[in-house]
Amino acid sequence: MLKVENLKVRYGMIEAIKGISFEVRDGEIVTLIGANGAGKTTTMHAISGLIKAAEGSISLDGQELTKVPAHKIVSLGLAQVPEGRRVFAQQTVEENLILGAYLRRDQGEIAKDIQDVYQTFPRLGERRTQAAGTLSGGEQQMLAMGRALMAKPSILLLDEPSMGLSPLLVSEIFQIIEEINKKGTTILLVEQNAKRALAIADRAYVLETGRITLDGTGEGLAKDERVRKAYLGG
Amino acid sequence: MRFLSNLVTGLGLGSVYAIIALGYTMVYGIAKMLNFAHGDVIMVGAYIAFFALTKFGLPLIPGILVAVVGCTVLGVVVERLAYKPLRQASSLSVLITAIGVSYFLQNGAQLLWSASPKMFPAIISTGTLNIGGLSIAYLTLLTIATCIVVMVCLTLFINKTKTGSAMRACSEDKGAAQLMGINVNRIISLTFAIGSGLAAIAAVLLCANYPTVTPTLGSMPGIKAFTAAVFGGIGSIPGALLGGLLLGIIEILSKAYISTQLSDVIVFGVLIVILLVKPTGLLGKKLSEKV
Repeated sequence: MLKVENLKVRYGMIEAIKGISFEVRDGEIVTLIGANGAGKTTTMHAISGLIKAAEGSISLDGQELTKVPAHKIVSLGLAQVPEGRRVFAQQTVEENLILGAYLRRDQGEIAKDIQDVYQTFPRLGERRTQAAGTLSGGEQQMLAMGRALMAKPSILLLDEPSMGLSPLLVSEIFQIIEEINKKGTTILLVEQNAKRALAIADRAYVLETGRITLDGTGEGLAKDERVRKAYLGG
Repeated sequence: MRFLSNLVTGLGLGSVYAIIALGYTMVYGIAKMLNFAHGDVIMVGAYIAFFALTKFGLPLIPGILVAVVGCTVLGVVVERLAYKPLRQASSLSVLITAIGVSYFLQNGAQLLWSASPKMFPAIISTGTLNIGGLSIAYLTLLTIATCIVVMVCLTLFINKTKTGSAMRACSEDKGAAQLMGINVNRIISLTFAIGSGLAAIAAVLLCANYPTVTPTLGSMPGIKAFTAAVFGGIGSIPGALLGGLLLGIIEILSKAYISTQLSDVIVFGVLIVILLVKPTGLLGKKLSEKV
């Protein structure tokens, strides 16, 4: 479904992504793990068009994405929950969700999908008229996920959804990611929390300073000696 | 009664400043740039309205509409040609470009229409409304009413429509807005269009009050409205209204009670004091750096 081939991204003279290739197949949860600064967010931004790829190709169901402007990518069925949530702090929870459905024209369906989001994340329903900036970190993460789901994506990119959350909330978020996947949305998950990510992933890639150094099934990588040492604390 | 009458005159002038300040504040809020050519868009609007009303003999409303359309197109074209290529450039380059556009428009106007002043026709009767000894010029009433209508429409548009919500989203986080499918360039264009269209309305009100049309007519009101926008908190629409009205009132009251020559000094002096006490302006939000 999503295929990245020999992707390179540069910031000025610095090459942040040095030619990586990976793919996400229909219905999978694929995770990209790696330390801070490995290039995970850069990769995500390149896929969603927020950063231009210097070389290589990114394709979604065979369509090349590197030439498509960022605001058109969501209409192709790819939505992203960005790192740091980036909810619209001054708008209400409900306004944020409506913005998630910005390109959709089916008003009736949108109203129904908002109710679905409130069902998945009941706390958002309780705070629907509150400004997003007043939510807790966990609630903002839920809002960012709900907002991305409002676009009805066939593939959802999640960038560090566990960042800054309590272990209890992290469990909740990961459980919801699995549920979303079971309902038929393909997932590409970027995480520093390798243990959790590998536990739910069908397949995984390890990203180190702009290169993919390892790949395998989630289970397989979780047992891999090198991964255990570097990312799972021995 | 004298004081009240001065206050109303100040509100009238302040209404014009507020409408101009909206252009500065909206463009700043969305595109994060100071469009110093905004005052000169007012000037072009004044010339268009002048020719439409005199040379082409259009009635008032169609005349104003022509000016609004003309300025809207001008604003969008200027943004497209001068500012859009600099989207990734430093804010200093954009600022200098805006000043360049300002000079370009002023000198272009001088080339096309010469430096000699043109007399703007009266747009409504010069009569006054008397309420219990307080006399208010119809023109002042019209100016204040226009400002109220503009404010109400704009506030409804920004807060109640989908496009308004998209504008607010762009003002907060352009990257996240793009992830929603919002075309940021289109929103910036629209912002310039609205700001410039409002500049045309301001131009007509300004020239109705001070009927001399010259190529530099936009400079001083432009700077004052910019001051008003900063005064109220740049980026904030209610701030532009509050800043504009206060600025108009301070200007007229200092002219009436202190000194005509010193009024501008007092206006800018108050700005400096306000910014020393509250650097974000009266209604400005404190921008916290993202950690």
